[in-house]
Amino acid sequence: MLEICNLTSGYDSKFFLKDINLKVEGKDFVGVIGPNGSGKTTLLRAITKIIKPHKGEILFEKENLEKLSFKEVAKKIAVVSQAREIELKMSVEEFVLLGRIPHRRKWQFLETISDEKIAEEAMVSTDTLKFKDRFVETLSAGERQLVFIARALTQQPKLFLLDEPTSHLDIAHQIKILDLIKRLNKEVDLTVIIVLHDLNLAGEYCDKIILMNNGCIYKTGLPVEVLTYQIIEEVYKTVVVVKENPISAKPHVFLVPNETGLK
Amino acid sequence: MNRKIVGWIIWALVLSGIVLGVAIFSLSVGAAGIPVKKIFYLIFKGRGTTEYSILFDIRLPRIILGLAIGAALSLTGVILQGMFRNPLVEPYTLGISGGAALGVCLNIVLRLHRTFGILTLPVFGFAGAIAVILIVYSLSIRKGILKIQGLLLCGVMISFICSSLIMLIMAVSHTEDLHGIVFWIMGSLEEPSWFLIKTALLVAILGLIVSYLFCIDLNALGLGEEEALHLGINIERTKRVLFIIASLLTGFSVSVAGIIGFVGLVIPHFVRMFVGWDHRILLIASFLAGGAFLIFCDTVARTIISPLELPVGVITGIVGGSLFVYALSKRNIL
Repeated sequence: MLEICNLTSGYDSKFFLKDINLKVEGKDFVGVIGPNGSGKTTLLRAITKIIKPHKGEILFEKENLEKLSFKEVAKKIAVVSQAREIELKMSVEEFVLLGRIPHRRKWQFLETISDEKIAEEAMVSTDTLKFKDRFVETLSAGERQLVFIARALTQQPKLFLLDEPTSHLDIAHQIKILDLIKRLNKEVDLTVIIVLHDLNLAGEYCDKIILMNNGCIYKTGLPVEVLTYQIIEEVYKTVVVVKENPISAKPHVFLVPNETGLK
Repeated sequence: MNRKIVGWIIWALVLSGIVLGVAIFSLSVGAAGIPVKKIFYLIFKGRGTTEYSILFDIRLPRIILGLAIGAALSLTGVILQGMFRNPLVEPYTLGISGGAALGVCLNIVLRLHRTFGILTLPVFGFAGAIAVILIVYSLSIRKGILKIQGLLLCGVMISFICSSLIMLIMAVSHTEDLHGIVFWIMGSLEEPSWFLIKTALLVAILGLIVSYLFCIDLNALGLGEEEALHLGINIERTKRVLFIIASLLTGFSVSVAGIIGFVGLVIPHFVRMFVGWDHRILLIASFLAGGAFLIFCDTVARTIISPLELPVGVITGIVGGSLFVYALSKRNIL
């Protein structure tokens, strides 16, 4: 579905992403992990055409992204970034309806009935319909993140890009959001690429993990292949212990504080 | 959702009604008070009386110009505040008014309007505005990307440079020119040329139509540039077109009516309090409300110490500012 070939890209003249090769099949649930500044967000920005490739190309369903307009890209790829505060006095329903913008025809100023139906379905499946008339700014961080996902769903994309959707959230909301994304991935065949800081969440939910370091892909593979203590210590320069989660049998990374390491 | 559209239509109708009401009020009051009933009678009767010419040759042109300038300025305010996501931006922030004022000052000092006719004043003003637009635009565009914050900083700086140059010109000019400059800078809706008045109205309406095509883009930009891009908005094109519309509207307004402050800052906020954030109604509502506000302020300016006349900018500042502070303290909405 998504194919990145020899991509080198970055901001201005500095190159951030070096020689990225990546293939994501339909219905994949791919996690992107890596230390701060390793190029995870930059990779997502390249996929949404915010930064242009300097070398190489990105193909989406065999089409070069460079040739697609922003509008066409937005019909296929939706982005959920970390839910920021919305300064406008906007109701949840109005906010979710903004997701229909890429599907507008040229002289269409008003939402159609089908637009409203799609937005409502998105709110139902993200469990946000109950506060559709509340202002977005009055929601808690977890609720706001769900509303952002609802808006992205309203775009009816084939590919979901998520940039750290669970940071700053409590464990209940972290699980709720990732369960939701997993369910969408299974039920509506949504392909997911998700940037996560939490290695354990990445290990639990992702079918495939991409570990980035210094703008390059360090390793790609199943969670058990990537989340080993040798690789983590090498990339993060931190002492860790990796054990198996007794319930899910997925790898779990334990941090080892410096003091304990010395003993 | 249909409720929302009905609400919008009601707002548009109410504001149109207010424009009409203010216009009729403005027609009837003045040095020679003409009751509203008599206005209709005079329209029916047609040309010939003194009162008819007071109404349609003196007061009506001012009303139309007030509508055009007020609408253009507050429309520009909405566009710029939406684009910059900054509540303090107004049409004069970008330095365009400074450029226009500088152009007009040069014209007055060089006495060009005496040799080539009074119409050279707006022409010089507009040329000054265009010059500033080109400078600001070319300074803040990098590799095809319009840097919004750069645009703002650049505009503010150019605005300062222009006002310093104007002060320099004023310091070295003759008293009679000085009077002309000060009078022009204070802004006035007194405009003898019907041609300019009609053009101003046309420009304002065109500005509304073209910016309305970008109302959805403006809504998306409210979430931030990157989010708008994720929603498929070609933000570079949108920013460029909106900047050009806003600049031309400001440049034209300033060169015709001088610097009338506050309309472009206060009206968008005020309208937003009532109709909400959605640019699909905000653009139209601000257009109408700005027009009504300026007609009203101008009427007050020319009647309050009649037969003398106050600069309309004084009234817009006092009325707009105090109304706004009042509203702000009543409803905690911005």
